[in-house]
Amino acid sequence: MFTLIGGTAILALLLFFAIRNYAVQVAQSAQDNILGASVTSILDAAVIWDGVVEIDIPYASFSMLSTPMDDRVFYAIYQDETFLSGYPDLLITQTKDRDISFQTITHQGELVRVATASRTLIGKDKRTQIRVALAQTQDALSGTLDQISQNAALFVTGFFALATLLSFWATSATIGQLKRLTNSVTRRGPQDLSPFEKPVPLEMLPLVVSLNSLMARLDHSLSQSEEFIAEAAHRVRTPLATVRSYAEATLQRVDKEENRQAIRSMIRAIDESSRAAGQLLDHAMITFRADHLERQNIDLVALVNELVTRLTPIAEMKDLSLRLQCDEQVLFSCDPILIQNAVRNLLDNALKYSPSDGTVDVFVTATPSIRIGVCDSGKGFPEAELDTLATRFSRGSNAEGTIGSGLGLTIALDVATAHGGSLQLSNRPEGGACALLLL
Amino acid sequence: MRFIVTLILGLLPQALVAQAWEDRQTFNEGASTQVLRIISSTDTALFAPIIESFVSQYPYIAIEYLVTGTADIDRRFRANPDAFDLVISSAMDLQFKSANDGLARRLTNIAHPAWAQWRQSLFAFTSEPAAIVINRDAFAGHPIPNTRQELIQALRARPEVFRGRIGTYDVRQSGLGYLFATQDARASETYWRLMEVMGALDLRLYCCSGEMIDDLTDGTIAVAYNVLGSYAKARVKSKDKIQVIFPADFPTTMMRTAMVSSQAQHPEMAAAFIQHLIALQSSADEVSFPLPPLNSQLNQAEHATIALEPALMTFLDALKRKSFLAEWEDAVIHNN
Ligand SMILES: Nc1ncnc2c1ncn2[C@@H]1O[C@H](COP(=O)(O)OP(=O)(O)OP(=O)(O)O)[C@@H](O)[C@H]1O
Ligand SMILES: [Mg+2]
Repeated sequence: MFTLIGGTAILALLLFFAIRNYAVQVAQSAQDNILGASVTSILDAAVIWDGVVEIDIPYASFSMLSTPMDDRVFYAIYQDETFLSGYPDLLITQTKDRDISFQTITHQGELVRVATASRTLIGKDKRTQIRVALAQTQDALSGTLDQISQNAALFVTGFFALATLLSFWATSATIGQLKRLTNSVTRRGPQDLSPFEKPVPLEMLPLVVSLNSLMARLDHSLSQSEEFIAEAAHRVRTPLATVRSYAEATLQRVDKEENRQAIRSMIRAIDESSRAAGQLLDHAMITFRADHLERQNIDLVALVNELVTRLTPIAEMKDLSLRLQCDEQVLFSCDPILIQNAVRNLLDNALKYSPSDGTVDVFVTATPSIRIGVCDSGKGFPEAELDTLATRFSRGSNAEGTIGSGLGLTIALDVATAHGGSLQLSNRPEGGACALLLL
Repeated sequence: MRFIVTLILGLLPQALVAQAWEDRQTFNEGASTQVLRIISSTDTALFAPIIESFVSQYPYIAIEYLVTGTADIDRRFRANPDAFDLVISSAMDLQFKSANDGLARRLTNIAHPAWAQWRQSLFAFTSEPAAIVINRDAFAGHPIPNTRQELIQALRARPEVFRGRIGTYDVRQSGLGYLFATQDARASETYWRLMEVMGALDLRLYCCSGEMIDDLTDGTIAVAYNVLGSYAKARVKSKDKIQVIFPADFPTTMMRTAMVSSQAQHPEMAAAFIQHLIALQSSADEVSFPLPPLNSQLNQAEHATIALEPALMTFLDALKRKSFLAEWEDAVIHNN
């Protein structure tokens, strides 16, 4: 910006001096032309009569020297080395015949331009040289120059102002577009890695192109991480499942109670590991997805309903009844995979920590705010640990003997937070734990 | 007569001429703390009202008004530029050359049209055409000539009436006479024929307008050529005796000019006087400004009014003057 204005200023100055210099030349040559014509007309009037030189200076010779600034005029006429008429103190130089020489000298304290020319007259018995010097002050010339300089200065200032304005305009237009681009970058959701397609100025095209290519690479590596997590979960769980099935099979064949006990512990450890691996990977996946939330407008009722249906067999095994109370439809823009995961963990806990023959109430409602609740009829959360249960790997005092990794509530909380909501844990007055996913 | 004039002006010792003034008057003499010296070719009678209105504005200033011929003004002023504050003359060419030679002070804050001033140092304040002035008695019963050509015919028709009774300036002595003569010669060849005719009729030559007009009034001469008409009118008491004719073929109009000496003793006062002069001529009534004011319709009379330009120096060139005077003497004297 400032380099631009600085450059324009230098250009403007150069322009000014170029114009002025040109004007000096033009004005000076205009004055020279007139002085030259005048001097020639005086010389042309010189005649020799009987050896006597007569010069009948034409009225026009001096008349043509009128200037708007009333410049002073001086002249001197010499015959060979003898002064004939005019101003004897005017300096006169030697010139060749018919050759007009121009000089700028000081005469009577003023700068004057002198034109000097000579002519040889041939008399009866002798040749004689007539020399005429004609000088004029330069007031009109400098007046013209001042005028031209003024105009040039005006023109150049205009040029400078215009150029500055233009550069301001250009920069602000570019900055405006940059701002728009920045805005559209910041306004984007974290998962929006589609290329920018808004029209951008030609100069910014490379920037946008490289930005778009960065996004494409990011998109690519992100989907790769996602795939990696799924792959890792699979890779850990599959061998564990295999090991478990071998252990089960072995358990059938072993009779010694001691050994059976050992194998059971082994299976339990495998289950713990498998659960832990699963929860860890789920948690990792949730952490990842929370950063790149993929919102979809879905019906939460349908989502919860599906989960309840899926878990009903497990509940029935435990003689638990799952009761769903919901609104007609609760539309919410969210990442369904995350919500599903959270609700599944809450249901999982309810099934895990409440005794048989109980009831698990699940509700989904949009009033007063969108919430999903899972309440059981068990002993409830250990009151003293309510605040810490949702932290990582923390398990309640009541969790002894149940398989778990202490990540279920963490996952639910993280999902709620990612959607701008919260997780509320409480115990019902009539007994039973209540986990509320407030969205 | 011409001979006598020549004798008086030509042969008297230079010193004596230098001391003699046509007129010399001091205005506002009592209050003189500063004395503004004006050297002028204008008759005191015509200039007095201008000076009086000035001193009424500046009562602490006295003005010494010195009258002499135009050529003499040029001589005296060039010899002692510090002796005069203001120079007023009808010889535009001599005034111009003085200004060109740097003898005039530049006055930067006087507003005056470009054609009526030169270099802010020479200021014109009148427009005065040259006239043929005739004595009516001499033309009784005969047509009044309106052009130079008609004048030539009138002179040729009655040489016995006009012989020895035609007057004009001796251009060798009078700066204004020389200016009019050269401008006439420049304008038309008729001038030379007129001079030859007049020369053949025993032309009387005058140094100064005063004597010429006196002679015209008392009938000594019947025709005065290239006199300032307004001047003649002002000078003659019985106006019906003479008639002023501005030749219709080509009028020659002079502008009276004023300048402040570059070595003036009282330059500010002198500048104020010029200011006063210029203001007065444009507001002119004949009482406060008895001279003809600047021609406002200059464009019409453009060709007739002698321009304030470097060309005025042409006929002042020594060679040019010499050959012009030779030709003039040839026409006027050889036919004598
Ligand atoms: N419905 C519930 N009733 C009683 N206590 C509960 C209930 N849900 C959770 N808890 C307590 O909160 C603790 C943390 O639960 P969380 O789901 O985070 O871990 P977990 O169930 O032990 O392990 P996992 O990660 O396998 O779910 C549990 O260990 C348990 O003590
Ligand atoms: Mg759990």
